[in-house]
Amino acid sequence: MTSGAKKGFLGLLVFGIVLGIVLWGGFNWTMDLTNTEKFCISCHEMEATPYAELEETVHFTNRTGVRATCPDCHVPRPWIYKIVRKIQASNELYHHFITGEVDSPEKFEAKRLVLAQSVWKAMKETDSRECRNCHKFESMDLDKQQSRAADAHDPYYWEAVDGKEPSYTCIDCHKGIAHSLPEGFDPIWNSPGEG
Amino acid sequence: MKKRIVTLLAVCVMFTGGAIAGAVDSLRLGQDLEEDSKVPVKKEQLVVQGGIERSYKIQPPVIPHKIDKDKIDLRANTCMNCHSEKTYKQKKAPKAGDTHYTDRDGNVTKTVANRRYFCNQCHAPQVGAEPLVENTFEGAK
Repeated sequence: MTSGAKKGFLGLLVFGIVLGIVLWGGFNWTMDLTNTEKFCISCHEMEATPYAELEETVHFTNRTGVRATCPDCHVPRPWIYKIVRKIQASNELYHHFITGEVDSPEKFEAKRLVLAQSVWKAMKETDSRECRNCHKFESMDLDKQQSRAADAHDPYYWEAVDGKEPSYTCIDCHKGIAHSLPEGFDPIWNSPGEG
Repeated sequence: MKKRIVTLLAVCVMFTGGAIAGAVDSLRLGQDLEEDSKVPVKKEQLVVQGGIERSYKIQPPVIPHKIDKDKIDLRANTCMNCHSEKTYKQKKAPKAGDTHYTDRDGNVTKTVANRRYFCNQCHAPQVGAEPLVENTFEGAK
């Protein structure tokens, strides 16, 4: 190999590495930008209803001042699941820009049950992964919970009741905690194993 | 002239009487007009295991837990998550009374009747506030 070719190869390699860093960094940077609450509520559909409702709940205002933002609950943290969710979000963009499916409070209300059910389904399927980013059984002090809550969160209690491992997940009982429940909600949906 | 004297006397009596009765408490409780009003002590909603006794026979039972996270609106009523006919057993909560399942025409309804929908119209959470005026009221036993 001549020294010129060597130089060219080295140059190309350095160029490739730099380009790779810039592109990869840029990609992640852009993705992080779309992962902020500011970005979520830049669409009026999100700001007018889901966000306004969140503001009234304990996930927004509470004793300690720790709060959850939209992506904390609605965007998975593990990279691969995050990418999948981001690709699915193109569907939301399609409806925002093309069909305007929920672009008025009335339209949103009409679709609320369907929207809620799809989020509940997703959370059930992931074993409430996003809830568990903050809420961990290991860190729950059952003594500080009220008796019913302590029973419901105590694995030993469940085993004593039916001898089986609990298969329930957070969302099975905790629907409608961050946004209003939809019209047509049956209370039994928050009582797994009943009926 | 006589009339005038009587009026004068009456005015005198009113003023002196007013001074004697100066001990009467106003709603401001003797607080000066220019003073800042006293800030009431913050009270948290109580949690009482096992519920709170009624004070009289037909009293709507008071709520022995916090309800700050609950919401009753046109779409849903989160009290019903535990107190409905379908869920009360599993949640170990008292079921809404039978009277709550009849509409105004006396028809039995499947779920809580519309006229009983707003729980906190009758059922109130408690904050453990002391009575403002001492009294000897005792609940029916």
